[in-house]
Amino acid sequence: MKKFLLILTLALVASGLITAVAFAQDTTPTDDEVNAIAKQLYCPVCENTPLDVCPTEACRQWRELIRDMLAEGKNEQEIKDYFVANYGARVLSEPPRTGFNWLVYIIPPVLIVIGAVLLFSAFRAWTKPKSAEAGTGPESEARASSSDDEYVRRLEEELKNRK
Amino acid sequence: MTETTTPAKRSVPLWAQITIWVFLAGLLALVGFGLNRASNPMAEIGQPVPDFDLVYFEGYEYNNTPQMKLSDLRGKVVLINIWASWCKPCEQEAPELEEAWQLYKDQGDVVFIGVDYVDTPEGAFGYLKKFGISFPNAPDLQSNISSILNRQMGVPETYLIDRDGVLRQIKIGPFASVSEIQSFIANAE
Repeated sequence: MKKFLLILTLALVASGLITAVAFAQDTTPTDDEVNAIAKQLYCPVCENTPLDVCPTEACRQWRELIRDMLAEGKNEQEIKDYFVANYGARVLSEPPRTGFNWLVYIIPPVLIVIGAVLLFSAFRAWTKPKSAEAGTGPESEARASSSDDEYVRRLEEELKNRK
Repeated sequence: MTETTTPAKRSVPLWAQITIWVFLAGLLALVGFGLNRASNPMAEIGQPVPDFDLVYFEGYEYNNTPQMKLSDLRGKVVLINIWASWCKPCEQEAPELEEAWQLYKDQGDVVFIGVDYVDTPEGAFGYLKKFGISFPNAPDLQSNISSILNRQMGVPETYLIDRDGVLRQIKIGPFASVSEIQSFIANAE
């Protein structure tokens, strides 16, 4: 029985060691974890190419730096802060929401709303029937009729004067 | 005798027009102010170089000072070499630059400063060690120095500043020899 317990204990210790080694190997960040952050960054040397797909040596070094920082236990925000501190806010795919950068987020929606209101007003004015604007009731008909009479009277008067 | 009647036009209310114009004017003012604030002074040949800070790499300080301003180097000829560890042409000139530095460092009136552009610390220190660089070196934090020097954004580039802080010459691309570096520096006199 003692022998069985000893073997069992050794087996458990050995499996624990194997698991520990396995966990230690797992601390190396995967490419997916690195690229999840890299795609939010742009190298100033390779403008308009996200870091996760940029093939240059400079970008490869940056991706390795991200991998090292992840392995050190730094989170996404800490890594992005590091890149901004060293290379400037222009490396971010989205400008930070501070100071004048807010204009980037506020102006487009405001302009879209203003444009929508103006378009709506214009379309409404164009599609409204003229009769609706002039009115269709008996009063408006009477107004139109008296206006016609006046016009005919003045036309006849003009023709008489010409004779 | 020609009397015309025009149909009454539906127009945007006055208060709305005023609001829109005030909004647009405010927007333009804000954008103008922001652009003005964001723009840095830039160096031009024949003009004094706008001042900037240098935070040296550890082990690559000048006169054991970890941080200084460009203006602290007035009275000396300053050669600023922009490089990066990922830049292959930079590797061509690195040994020549170090060799030239060995010729000038004891004179005390010429200072070489390497500025590392868009690089990682590991890459930068690896490069400095690989080529045995011993002259002062600093990272280009937030690309501020590049911005002030009005760079073309390629590496390597080298800038020569005279004793009065005036930008004298720019070299785009690598130096081919030590004598070329010496001729370049002679332009500051």
